[in-house]
Amino acid sequence: MPAREHILHKIRTAVGRSSGQPPAEIPPVRLRFEALDISERVRRLAERFSGQVVHGDAREQVARLVSGKRAVACPHPLLERLGILTLPEVETLGGSVGQIRAACAAADIGITSAEYGLCDTGALVVLAGREESRLASLLPVVHVTVLPADRILTGLDELFTVLPDPGAVSASMVLIGGPSRTADIEQILTLGVHGPRELHLVLV
Amino acid sequence: MSVAFHERIQYALLDERLQKALYSATGRLRDKRLSGVGADQLPDYQELRTQAHRIKQHTLENLDHYLELLAQRVEERGGRVVWCRDAGEVQSFIGDLARDRGVRLAVKSKSMTSEEVNLNEALERYGVEAVETDLGEFIIQLAGERPYHIVAPAMHKTRQQVADLFEAKLGVGREEEIPRQTMIARAVLRKKFLEAGMGISGANFLIADSGAVVIVENEGNARLTTSSPRIHVAVAGIEKVIPRAADLAVFLQLLGRSATGQTLTSYTSFLSGPRRPGEMDGPEEFYVVLLDNGRTRILADRDKRQTLYCIRCGACLNICPVYRRIGGYSYPGTYSGPIGAILTPQVLGLGHEPELPFASSLCGACAEVCPVKIDIPKILLELRSEVKKTEARERRWNAEKLGYLLWAWVMRHPRLFELAGMAAQALLPSGGDGRWIRSLPGPLRAWTAARDFPPPPAESFRRMWRARQRSG
Repeated sequence: MPAREHILHKIRTAVGRSSGQPPAEIPPVRLRFEALDISERVRRLAERFSGQVVHGDAREQVARLVSGKRAVACPHPLLERLGILTLPEVETLGGSVGQIRAACAAADIGITSAEYGLCDTGALVVLAGREESRLASLLPVVHVTVLPADRILTGLDELFTVLPDPGAVSASMVLIGGPSRTADIEQILTLGVHGPRELHLVLV
Repeated sequence: MSVAFHERIQYALLDERLQKALYSATGRLRDKRLSGVGADQLPDYQELRTQAHRIKQHTLENLDHYLELLAQRVEERGGRVVWCRDAGEVQSFIGDLARDRGVRLAVKSKSMTSEEVNLNEALERYGVEAVETDLGEFIIQLAGERPYHIVAPAMHKTRQQVADLFEAKLGVGREEEIPRQTMIARAVLRKKFLEAGMGISGANFLIADSGAVVIVENEGNARLTTSSPRIHVAVAGIEKVIPRAADLAVFLQLLGRSATGQTLTSYTSFLSGPRRPGEMDGPEEFYVVLLDNGRTRILADRDKRQTLYCIRCGACLNICPVYRRIGGYSYPGTYSGPIGAILTPQVLGLGHEPELPFASSLCGACAEVCPVKIDIPKILLELRSEVKKTEARERRWNAEKLGYLLWAWVMRHPRLFELAGMAAQALLPSGGDGRWIRSLPGPLRAWTAARDFPPPPAESFRRMWRARQRSG
């Protein structure tokens, strides 16, 4: 018997089910969140975000962060509209996977957009796609994210309400709850072990 | 107690440095969890535990349905599901794939399941270098050891030991500063990430209705493992599946807090399929390897099935008075602590280490902290009963069993019981002032090797009763 059939057969024997039998009633989804106005959402996200939150003109803020360093940015329409892609020190990512990987590996700063922010944990939700790279938020030592304030959700419960199947929109969704960190040696916290050491959030 | 098990425990108990490190490291994790799940932090904690338990119960009772749904969705999204009955099937699938694609270097992110199937050694036989990239796993791979703790694999290593290892194995100058050691590892591993042809990860959850692999971590090495190389292979036990993405809202609130006290870890990756046409980066090939390896046998046992609910947070290790003394290497198998004590005998068979279920005080702390409410003490008792039944069936005799038979016989005969009581009073060394007896004489010494014995009372109940009848 092939492994698939063999394992499924053993499972069905173990739990007393037959092939094709519909599952028993599933416990209902538990999703609860409060209604919060946008200023409260901004306040809470800023309070819990594990990095610097900057307001004001996005292009100026990013220019200040980038000054003198090598930066790469994703070709996202939001970043384009804000004029970030035309900053002189910013290289817009493009080309083959290999080229994108090499550009991110050589950069000091990676600039991305975020799809959502979560105000209960201060986390950012980044969806990979045609205009968003996975490696731009990962390989450089500094990660700068631009997030529209009206896309702040209360938390995981609201996220899975608006996005019940993240796999339908992207092959990769990542929740970023803070900088890359480890405490594997003597439980001493160290930042930037593999990914960014520093996070900056530009709220627009 | 088997000699090896006994010796490993003695070894841990006699190492004073290890005792201190183990006790303080587990204590810190325990305290972090405690503040993470406090009523001020997570008022719904108990309700979330109940919901998590229910979802796991439901999924396992309908496991064939959810695995088939998962496989269908993974394949719709361009990935492939590979079903493996045992360790050998995992090894040969990944080994053959690597050989076929010309992969010489694979990066790995932390996966207890791949430890369980000894993947690294197997890949070596295929001529593939497999590099662990979680800092703790990287350290113990250099040391040639196995994970000491489910979430903190190098908990037992000091910075000096790490300095020795890095100096000897990486050819770098001696460095005892932890942040600098971390940066050495970053540089060495960054090169590996960019060169590797394959990334091998575990999975914290598999989402049936999205065909997704969910990985929870802090370092970013799992993100690199699953984003940079051309091939991503996720290895997971069949019990890791949950029905819906929305169920993560329950499990993610429990996992980080129970493991390290974090409300959310630094990275939670939700991966469904390979890079899609037009997406900027990500792997070209995506495989989900589903492993049975004895899990269907556990599933068949209604009483012990809940062993499979485990989400590997490690909270039961940090709270366990036994783990905190004997440490990870005293346990046989891949998984240590209370969860290991119930999982290992069910996977490897009770005969592998019959004393393991007995190495517990049954204090119940593990069940109290378990985020999915596994009744570990109850399962330990079930396993003990099975060990004893096997001994009885095989008519195996030992001093302990003879002792209990004698005890039962004496208890059934009141006169004998009284005589035995008097004998005990006369013969047992008095602890003095009602103090406990630290060492019993003769063959009874074994009993007091690890425990004290209560002193006999000055006057027996029977004697008191008779005196009372006379005076009344």
